[in-house]
Amino acid sequence: VRGAFIEVLVQLAARDARVVLLTADLGFNVLEPFADAYPERFFNVGVAEQNMMGLATGLADSGFFPFAYSIVSFATLRPLEFLRNGPVHHRLPVRVVGVGGGLDYSLAGPSHYGLEDVGVLRVMPGLTIVAPADKPQARAALEATWDLPGPVYYRMGKGDVGEVPGLAGRFRLGKVEVLREGRDVAILSLGTLAHEAVRASEELAERGIMPQVVVVSCVSPAPVEDLASLLRGVPLAVTYEAHHAVGGLGSLVSEVIAEAGLGCRLARCAATPPNQGLVGGKAYVQEAHGISPHFLVELVMRCLGGERPV
Amino acid sequence: MRYDSGDEERAAISDGGHSGMSTRARTCTLRDAPDLKEASRQVRRIILEQSKRANVGHIGSSLCIAEILVVLYGRILRRASVDDPERDRFLLGKGHAALALYATLQLDGVLSETDLETYCSVHGTRLGVHPDHHLPGVDFSTGALGQAITFGAGAALAARMQGSRRRVFVLVSDAECNEGSLWEAAMFAAHNRLSNLVVIVDDNGQQAFGKTADVLRPSSLDAQWGGVGWTVERRDGHDPERLTTTLEGIDTDGAGSPTVVIAQTIFGKGVSYMEGQIKWHYWPMSDEEYAQALREVETGP
Repeated sequence: VRGAFIEVLVQLAARDARVVLLTADLGFNVLEPFADAYPERFFNVGVAEQNMMGLATGLADSGFFPFAYSIVSFATLRPLEFLRNGPVHHRLPVRVVGVGGGLDYSLAGPSHYGLEDVGVLRVMPGLTIVAPADKPQARAALEATWDLPGPVYYRMGKGDVGEVPGLAGRFRLGKVEVLREGRDVAILSLGTLAHEAVRASEELAERGIMPQVVVVSCVSPAPVEDLASLLRGVPLAVTYEAHHAVGGLGSLVSEVIAEAGLGCRLARCAATPPNQGLVGGKAYVQEAHGISPHFLVELVMRCLGGERPV
Repeated sequence: MRYDSGDEERAAISDGGHSGMSTRARTCTLRDAPDLKEASRQVRRIILEQSKRANVGHIGSSLCIAEILVVLYGRILRRASVDDPERDRFLLGKGHAALALYATLQLDGVLSETDLETYCSVHGTRLGVHPDHHLPGVDFSTGALGQAITFGAGAALAARMQGSRRRVFVLVSDAECNEGSLWEAAMFAAHNRLSNLVVIVDDNGQQAFGKTADVLRPSSLDAQWGGVGWTVERRDGHDPERLTTTLEGIDTDGAGSPTVVIAQTIFGKGVSYMEGQIKWHYWPMSDEEYAQALREVETGP
């Protein structure tokens, strides 16, 4: 996904001299196309994320569109207060690019997981939050948001997860995309987990359950109207995200259900850190955190069977 | 802006005043000030008057940077107007001394005395303890220590990329040099030869909960800044003429290293009982203390 993102960024840089790329010493084998084409607009600022966010603030205040690149936790959590007092408070067009949302850096261990970013950034007023589901959507999302007047956070997948069937690169700010219609349950997935949600929905269909599958790629501005109108028609909503249950997509959906006074029940399939010191492949680590199509199917079945979600 | 309910009239005055400021033509009168020592006295007088009226602290931290600010605004900063894109930028890293900046901006004609009368008003004002960019004349919101220099480095980098001669001045406190992010930015500026970034360290030896030398100073500030590749100048922070010559002498166009001027100052400068006393980082003045402070500042050197 990040490769597609850089492709578009290089095109944007060709179109607009205000596009600048900063990295905190990451992006080997990814950022070279930009660095080679626009060396005067590419800065490896060193392993110094707080300063990177401050630099981006100063650059944006002077008329640039700076993209600040790092792994999710170092792009968001480390410089969080710089992001708040800088681009958010000054309402400047800084673009934070976090790569490896969720458990993409599975072997690297918990220091490199991105399970809190949506929660801590969703509270920032005026910060657009985008989590593309696949390559075509990453391209579309970047095209649609790169020149917004305020700050944007891109939560990017690290590897290529393949194209999400039926999504066809659709992206709209403040909206969700529906992949499949169904009346028994709405499955809402965040970012690159969309293809796993599709897989789970196929399994559910085989069991005679008709799920609606919704891709949430724009977290802020929150797709409140879309969610409220979609969830009005279903008895159960199940969120699916590589993020802690608190603060992420599940929290967002619960807010919409409560504030719109919907009768829809909510269950959240989110990360529960096992905290046992085990690392592994992405599938292994996700499974260990309770995130897999299998868990999602189980959760839906339990809820529809009248059991409480655990 | 948020106001306490039930006092809409006051709120309207203070907001109306500030809205007016954004369109009012501003003449920079401090540039014509013949005597920067007298201007510094005026800054100190305003600091005392407004902190007394508002009954808030941070007096000592504000008093010690009076000369630095009048030198910058009176002699150094190139600013056709407060929103001229090509103006030199100024960032007050030690944002808790914003009252000194407001006082300077008043002398410079950017803010009015009426504006200053709203300083720290509980009924709503843009003149808070820390400077905010919504206030005309304030380039960036600062006060979270260790951040201003990172914003400033970005602004200096932008000027370089745009082929502009504009410069960025950042005034930090000696205690602010405790912050790791300050050194991230210092290293970046030195590595990228941002000679258009000038840092002034207010070396007043005092920090919020102790003497700077006792809290965290493993080596001299001069050695620390020199060690990351900055040109280091040490000056008396209360000597406007020397400060002016020093700042005027910095080559901000070349590909040289950035410069830091370590300004030795006296915390609470100008008021005998405040000098070097930590309580004046926090406390407001009694009536008697205020009267004495005003007397000393008005008759001071």
